[in-house]
Amino acid sequence: MSGETRLENANPVIFQRSGERLLTATEEDEDVHDPIDDREIFDILFDYQSINDPEHPLSLEELNVVEQVRVKVDDAESTVGVEFTPTIPHCSMATLIGLSIKVKLLRSLPDRFKIDVHITPGSHASEEAVNKQLADKERVAAALENSSLLEVVNQCLTTRSI
Amino acid sequence: KQGLSLVHRLSAHPDSRCWFVSWSPTGTLLASCGGDKAIRIWGRQGDSWICKTVLQDGHQRTVRKVAWSPCGNYLASASFDATTCIWKKKEDDFESLTVLEGHENEVKCVAWAPSGNLLATCSRDKSVWVWEVDEEDEYECVTVVNSHTQDVKHVVWHPTQELLASASYDNNICIYKEEDDDWECRATLKGHTSTVWGLSFEAAGQRLASCSDDRTVKIWKEYPDESRQGDLSWKCVCTLSGYHGRTVYDVAWCRLTGALATACGDDAVRVFKEDEASDPDQPVFSLAAQVTKAHSQDVNCVAWNPKEAGLLASCSDDGDIAIWKFQEED
Repeated sequence: MSGETRLENANPVIFQRSGERLLTATEEDEDVHDPIDDREIFDILFDYQSINDPEHPLSLEELNVVEQVRVKVDDAESTVGVEFTPTIPHCSMATLIGLSIKVKLLRSLPDRFKIDVHITPGSHASEEAVNKQLADKERVAAALENSSLLEVVNQCLTTRSI
Repeated sequence: KQGLSLVHRLSAHPDSRCWFVSWSPTGTLLASCGGDKAIRIWGRQGDSWICKTVLQDGHQRTVRKVAWSPCGNYLASASFDATTCIWKKKEDDFESLTVLEGHENEVKCVAWAPSGNLLATCSRDKSVWVWEVDEEDEYECVTVVNSHTQDVKHVVWHPTQELLASASYDNNICIYKEEDDDWECRATLKGHTSTVWGLSFEAAGQRLASCSDDRTVKIWKEYPDESRQGDLSWKCVCTLSGYHGRTVYDVAWCRLTGALATACGDDAVRVFKEDEASDPDQPVFSLAAQVTKAHSQDVNCVAWNPKEAGLLASCSDDGDIAIWKFQEED
């Protein structure tokens, strides 16, 4: 992960970021309850390049790791599902990227939400194992008590300075 | 009228999650533990429940489980800090007696054998340890068993025999028995398709209930050994599927009434009853009561009071303990 080590994916394909969200009149009206929608979750994750790929100084959106179509929200049922696509099928950072997405959502959304983070089907060699780890809240809780791991997650979550 | 009614709701571990609750053997005290690294002891005062003691400074990280010794004079706590603390009751307070070290990482569960002379612990390090306790309150590890290939989530003792069961992230349940001073896995129960989170023996110990991330509850029954090689034979005789919307984190079999309660990640508490007319080899369990929004977040644990029939405690990621009364149809 440091600068000296060889990058797993040295030349990633870079995708254009989607445009800014257009606010509607009802969204600007403070008296109207806006349900949380797919785009809002997408914005939480990416509008501010708030999650960085551990390997590249690019946002996960620019690397196409997360696309808006793979974010599913049901405000009434209080569920959020996010599928992310590692840039290469053997990406060793997949669990860390998934954990960072999960932490970002846990910190941003009301407690009532059930948050499921999965790898896009067929995009990673250890898809099942990574999904199982990310779904195990006991392991996630224990991981977040590990200060060195938490530091790495927080690095992924800081706004990039470039 | 049949159903679950709320008796009390306690903000037990505010701004944190409450992972587990355990009734003392006499049913008068309830111990809770959580992400705030604390253990709290609750007792009834008149019509309400109050916090009698807070045990802090015992652990550096989350306290995942607590267990009372069968005599009620000791409390064991398992923590993500890789240790298990033993607390001794002194009048109304508890003092730290000893710290059991040895697991490589998070201890996920601790349980006392019915004799009170043995203690079992399990960990993310994939091992199950059995500890022996002597009259001088000294603890010695007698066995380390590595029968699981992954994180061991839960351990529970048989109610009458020295038989131990464990549940794991490897989707299996193992049952251990002592043989020539060594504890060995004598049966591996396969059937769940994801992590097994909780286990509970029936009062008589002939059946075991398990709950899983696969959103089912399974009932396993012990059968005579056909191979005659001393191995134990446990078969799944019932699977409860379609009731739980997310991971089932805990299952509790009431020793007084036979009712089966579950704690689920869909925020609900459910109680199942066995159809008494059903075939013992193919028992039928039906949903007797459920509270869909029992808590505002995942329910982590359910525990039946050992003395007062129908009194059920649950706890949640929302930090609360809820105490329910389960009433059956007359």
